[in-house]
Amino acid sequence: MTEKRVDSAPGDEIESEAPLRVFRYRGFTRANHWLTAGCMIVLLLSGAAFFHPSLFWLTGLFGGGQTTRWLHPLVGVLLFFSFMGLFLQMWRLNLPRREDVEWSLKIGDVLKGNEENLPELGKYNAGQKGVFWGMSGLIMVLIVSGVMIWEEYFPNLVSIPVRRAAVVVHALAALGSLFIFIAHVYAAIWTRGTISAMTRGTVTGGWAFRHHRKWFKELARRKRDEPSEGAAEANGAAVKPR
Amino acid sequence: MTNAWTDIKNTDLVIVMGGNAAEAHPCGFKWVTEAKHHNGAKLIVVDPRFTRTASVADVYAPVRPGSDIAWLMGVIRYCLKNDKVQWDYVKAYTNATYLIREDFGWSEGLFTGYDEEKRDFDRSSWEYQMDDQGQPLTDPTLTHPRCVWNLLKEHVEVYTPEFVSNLTGTPIDRYLQICGMIGETSAKDKVMTSLYALGWTQHSKGAQNIRGMAMLQLILGNIGLPGGGVNALRGHANIQGLTDIGLLSHMMPGYMNLPTEREPELADWLKARENKPMFPGQTSFWRNTDKFMVSFLKSLWGEKAQAENDWGYGWLPKLDVPYYDILRVFDMMDRGEVNLYICQGFNPLLSFPNRAKLTSALSKLKLLVSIDPLQTETVNFWQDHGIYNDVDPTKIMTEVIELPSTCFAEDDGATVNSGRWLQWHWQAATPPGSAKHDTWIMAQLFLRVKKLYEEEGGANPEPIMSLSWDYHEPENPHPEELAKEMNGRALADLPDPNDPTKAIRKAGELLDNFGQLRADGSTMSGCWIYAGSWTEAGNMMARRDNHDEGGVGTYLGWTFAWPANRRILYNRASCDLQGKPWDPKRKLLEWNGARWEGFDVPDISPTAKPEEVMPFIMNPEGTARLFSRKLLRDGPFPTHMEPWESPIQNPFNKEMRGNPVGRIFPQDLAQLGTSEEFPFVGTSYRLTEHFHYWTKHSKTNAVLQPEFFVEISVELAELRGIRKGGRVRIWNKRGEIWAKAVVTKRIKPLLCDGKEVHVVGVPLHWGFMGAARKGFGPNSLTVFAGDANIDTPESKVFLVNIEPASGDLIA
Amino acid sequence: MTTLAPEPLTAASNPPTQPLESNLLPTDVRRISATAHVPPPTRQLTEVAKLIDVSKCIGCKACQSACIQWNDTHPAVEENVGIYENPHDLTPDMFTLMRFAEWENPETNELEWLIRKDGCMHCEDPGCLKSCPAPGAIVQYTNGVVDFISDNCIGCGYCVKGCPFDVPRIHKTAHVSKKCTLCSDRIAVGQGPACAKACPTQCITFGPKEEMKALAAERVEDLKERGYDNAGLYDPQGVGGTHVMYVLHHADKPSIYSGLPDDPRISPLVEAWKGPAKKLGLMAAGAAFLGSALHGIFAKPNEVSEHEEEEAEELYEDIVHEAPEAAEASGEAAR
Repeated sequence: MTEKRVDSAPGDEIESEAPLRVFRYRGFTRANHWLTAGCMIVLLLSGAAFFHPSLFWLTGLFGGGQTTRWLHPLVGVLLFFSFMGLFLQMWRLNLPRREDVEWSLKIGDVLKGNEENLPELGKYNAGQKGVFWGMSGLIMVLIVSGVMIWEEYFPNLVSIPVRRAAVVVHALAALGSLFIFIAHVYAAIWTRGTISAMTRGTVTGGWAFRHHRKWFKELARRKRDEPSEGAAEANGAAVKPR
Repeated sequence: MTNAWTDIKNTDLVIVMGGNAAEAHPCGFKWVTEAKHHNGAKLIVVDPRFTRTASVADVYAPVRPGSDIAWLMGVIRYCLKNDKVQWDYVKAYTNATYLIREDFGWSEGLFTGYDEEKRDFDRSSWEYQMDDQGQPLTDPTLTHPRCVWNLLKEHVEVYTPEFVSNLTGTPIDRYLQICGMIGETSAKDKVMTSLYALGWTQHSKGAQNIRGMAMLQLILGNIGLPGGGVNALRGHANIQGLTDIGLLSHMMPGYMNLPTEREPELADWLKARENKPMFPGQTSFWRNTDKFMVSFLKSLWGEKAQAENDWGYGWLPKLDVPYYDILRVFDMMDRGEVNLYICQGFNPLLSFPNRAKLTSALSKLKLLVSIDPLQTETVNFWQDHGIYNDVDPTKIMTEVIELPSTCFAEDDGATVNSGRWLQWHWQAATPPGSAKHDTWIMAQLFLRVKKLYEEEGGANPEPIMSLSWDYHEPENPHPEELAKEMNGRALADLPDPNDPTKAIRKAGELLDNFGQLRADGSTMSGCWIYAGSWTEAGNMMARRDNHDEGGVGTYLGWTFAWPANRRILYNRASCDLQGKPWDPKRKLLEWNGARWEGFDVPDISPTAKPEEVMPFIMNPEGTARLFSRKLLRDGPFPTHMEPWESPIQNPFNKEMRGNPVGRIFPQDLAQLGTSEEFPFVGTSYRLTEHFHYWTKHSKTNAVLQPEFFVEISVELAELRGIRKGGRVRIWNKRGEIWAKAVVTKRIKPLLCDGKEVHVVGVPLHWGFMGAARKGFGPNSLTVFAGDANIDTPESKVFLVNIEPASGDLIA
Repeated sequence: MTTLAPEPLTAASNPPTQPLESNLLPTDVRRISATAHVPPPTRQLTEVAKLIDVSKCIGCKACQSACIQWNDTHPAVEENVGIYENPHDLTPDMFTLMRFAEWENPETNELEWLIRKDGCMHCEDPGCLKSCPAPGAIVQYTNGVVDFISDNCIGCGYCVKGCPFDVPRIHKTAHVSKKCTLCSDRIAVGQGPACAKACPTQCITFGPKEEMKALAAERVEDLKERGYDNAGLYDPQGVGGTHVMYVLHHADKPSIYSGLPDDPRISPLVEAWKGPAKKLGLMAAGAAFLGSALHGIFAKPNEVSEHEEEEAEELYEDIVHEAPEAAEASGEAAR
């Protein structure tokens, strides 16, 4: 009988044995991620144009100030729903675990890349969880404050004093999301072998072993427990086309 | 206006009562703010509603609609009791000292001579005691019990502050405060001006309201002075011009009455207008009526008017009734006695009272012709506009013809403002579409009717065939030609009275003033009071010199004011008997020992000696009348009368309803309501955002005041469960209307005769044509009865009921 | 050849009869929205102001009418909702509005109908300009006029939040912000604002600000003589003074005039947002980029080694060939 998933999401599995590749994100999730990422980039660039005059030239990327003005909130709504999709898929595995504490305390080792000193982790480490929850919270704040200041469709939704607070909150939240965005992107680049998880859906066995060993182990056990296909897997053939 | 708009700047105190100057005359009101700003003037507003005029007033007092006479008589009583009288003025310039016949009196609200059957007074006792020469007996000591002064004292005795407050609803402390302020202006160096408008005229005793103020101003010595006067703010840009050139049914140009059937010959007509001076050496200006009349007849018939044919007097229509006023004409129309109605620049369906009756009357016409620049409701009276004009077009057989005409900015011409200034204007825009000038339309009508007479003949051909029509383009008389015709010209050389060998004007030349008019046919003038408006020196109405010599705002070089470019009427009264200004700081004229000098054209002859000729030269007495003799039909003194529809009874006479000599037709009498059925007092008025029923055709004005509403007090709203902005139904026996409710603190219930009186304010301006939302006017509710002297409809007071209306209206 | 128009000194002057060059030049601009470095103006125009003497205002709405006509706007014909304000608020097509307040004076128990012409105050320190993100959408001339340049406006509505007086309105179809321009196009040719020209009672006057203050002082004195002890000029210093000023009978209580702010100032939130937040945010964002870059340069990449790949394979083999029971046991242990 196959082991219950604790550290992995539906779809996560050992994809091939030689070389060892682990399937981390399904196609839907990847598309969802990139849509979110695209929205985020548009929002950060267009938002930055409104945030500081020295960046107003960025509106040129979108066809000018007027276009940027209507595009930004619409993309914001799209991002909100897109992110909601990611949220529903990921929230469970992003719940905090005991090992997150130890991981966080050893942040120095994290930054130095000394992962051998870190505890074994499930699908996400505490940093990734931070990105997830941080973004979840900030996007909530951004959508609510954004609607409040959406002149075109909600000009009088809230009073002007509230709108003033809303623009400040919106700007601060956007800044926060920018930091998370930078951290997220940088971490993906710095941690080599990560990006393929979101491009092709797979990571190498070594990557899984190094960064998310608990997750890797669970997937390995699930592989072992799959009764009928054991032989085929032993031959190293791909089980299913992805 | 006795004075002029610009003159208001000279005043110390402005009282706006019977009008709403800021809202209905905002441009003229600039002179009130000017007086407040630079002359420290105070502003008093007395109105049933706290108006926009009240919003800039120093003191405001509410008053029950239709109780103004009591209010004013109470002020006069206050002045008499408290010695707030300009004694020198009163004794010299009014008829205060004259003795009145012994048989004159007043009791139970009625003067002597009342005939209930005829609804009229026998006015013979309303007269001076005269000696054999026809000269009034006077008592300069003012002690004789029959002198006007003592009769006035007696007459106003009943109007105590308590009585007035109880009747008018004005709180007593506020009333006394205002009395005190008004009384101050009896000082020789203090002056008050009165600004009124249709809030005083549109009553069954409108003329008496105004007389009340005129008397008060005489007692205070405020008439003829800069910053003083009794000033009618005319309701249209050119309504002054309308009355000047005699467009009322019983008038001819220059305030001459149309002959009646009892005056078949010119001699009969003139006999009644001899106006011999009552005292030797006095000027009685109406003595010159023969000159004005013959010159007018010459302007009508030209060469056809000769001494032999009484100057064509016989061709003038003769009245068989006092007037064919609008109420009478529409009543006749409703009885099927009128076939054709030519309606020029008028929208009676919304302007005249009792709209249901008007619709019924118009439906009985054979032909209705409208000459108007706008799509009036009147010309579309037959269209079904749902509740806004609920008629069945299939049942109306009246043929309607519209002749589109032009607006004031689309022609040259002069309009006459409230201050009697004839201001020439120039065409600024081309008439749109097929619109034609009124003059062109009238010329076409005349020429075509004349042609029909020539070809087919007909009844009474002489007036048509004899009419002088010597215009350059007969089919299109030019405004310049008409203006010159009204000014008048010499038809023969006019010899100089001092040197007969010289001519003051040669034949064909334009006249300089009405002093040059002759009764021998050697002059013509279409409107004698306009003589001097277009002389050989040019168009005086087009002058635009705004130099204010003397700083008293007379602006003698700005346009032309009738009469004789005089800016303040009775200006002789601005000086004492010796000819010195009452107030040297407010000098208008002064006698320099040989002639009158100053900054206005003197009323009296420039060389008339001050102690001889009195200022009020339009009266044969030379003095002003505190006691008006037989001039007004409803009394020589104003006495309180309730409106036709009133919440309370006349305190003098419980049986008396309305004005005892006011005319009312039987059908309309039956439609009067009582306060039991209709407990609230409706009143009509204008709003600044609109001008009558014209500007609702302009989108900008429609934006500023888009929809018909009524104004009620918070208390009445609570009483009837009406919410702000909610829809209400207002009705009485004559009709019903629906409106939005403006619930305001600016109207407060008045306590009158122990009753709480609620006022419902019903603005006009809405109808079923134009850019604004469809609505109603107050005339669906107003009483079809008018003033006893001139039959101006009583649109300012009517009883109504009000209730919340549910649901939206179906247009 | 055309000549330069004179500077406007009054609203009462008549329009020129010959063509004149605009006397409001690009070089007369002293502040530009979202622009840090504005070239210093070549000259200082006379500071102008519109003075609204509330004690002379009769609420006739001629100013609104003149405003509609001059600016060629097209406000809708609305309905009556039980008030005199029409339109019911400032709109993108109604730059000025008469507001009516029925106020019972607690000291005298008298009703006062306070009528105030609302509209842009042309602040010396304009909150709209401060909050605007679009370069050149809002400018302030050296005569004090704050003007919206619609060509540069993006319709974001930040000016709405920046304004302490709730004045700008975003046009629903043109998507640009609209408000009173103090008739900058008339001022440019020596004329006063259309509203002041149309005002019948000279409640609205226009001219050099100093003269307007002197006129106001005269009016305040008159009002005090009439018993309005707290009469005064409304030229709020919280926004550096304004180029539209009021004479109020009750200058101690501006808010009774349909909510005229008692002490208007640019909201601290707006100041924070457009001041420190902007700079700090930009710096923080820069720091985050820089930090990442430095880390990228100096820290070794977090790479999976060959050895780890082998270890992974070993672990995998171990687990796959482990007995399920043992696996379960190891699973338990892992938890």
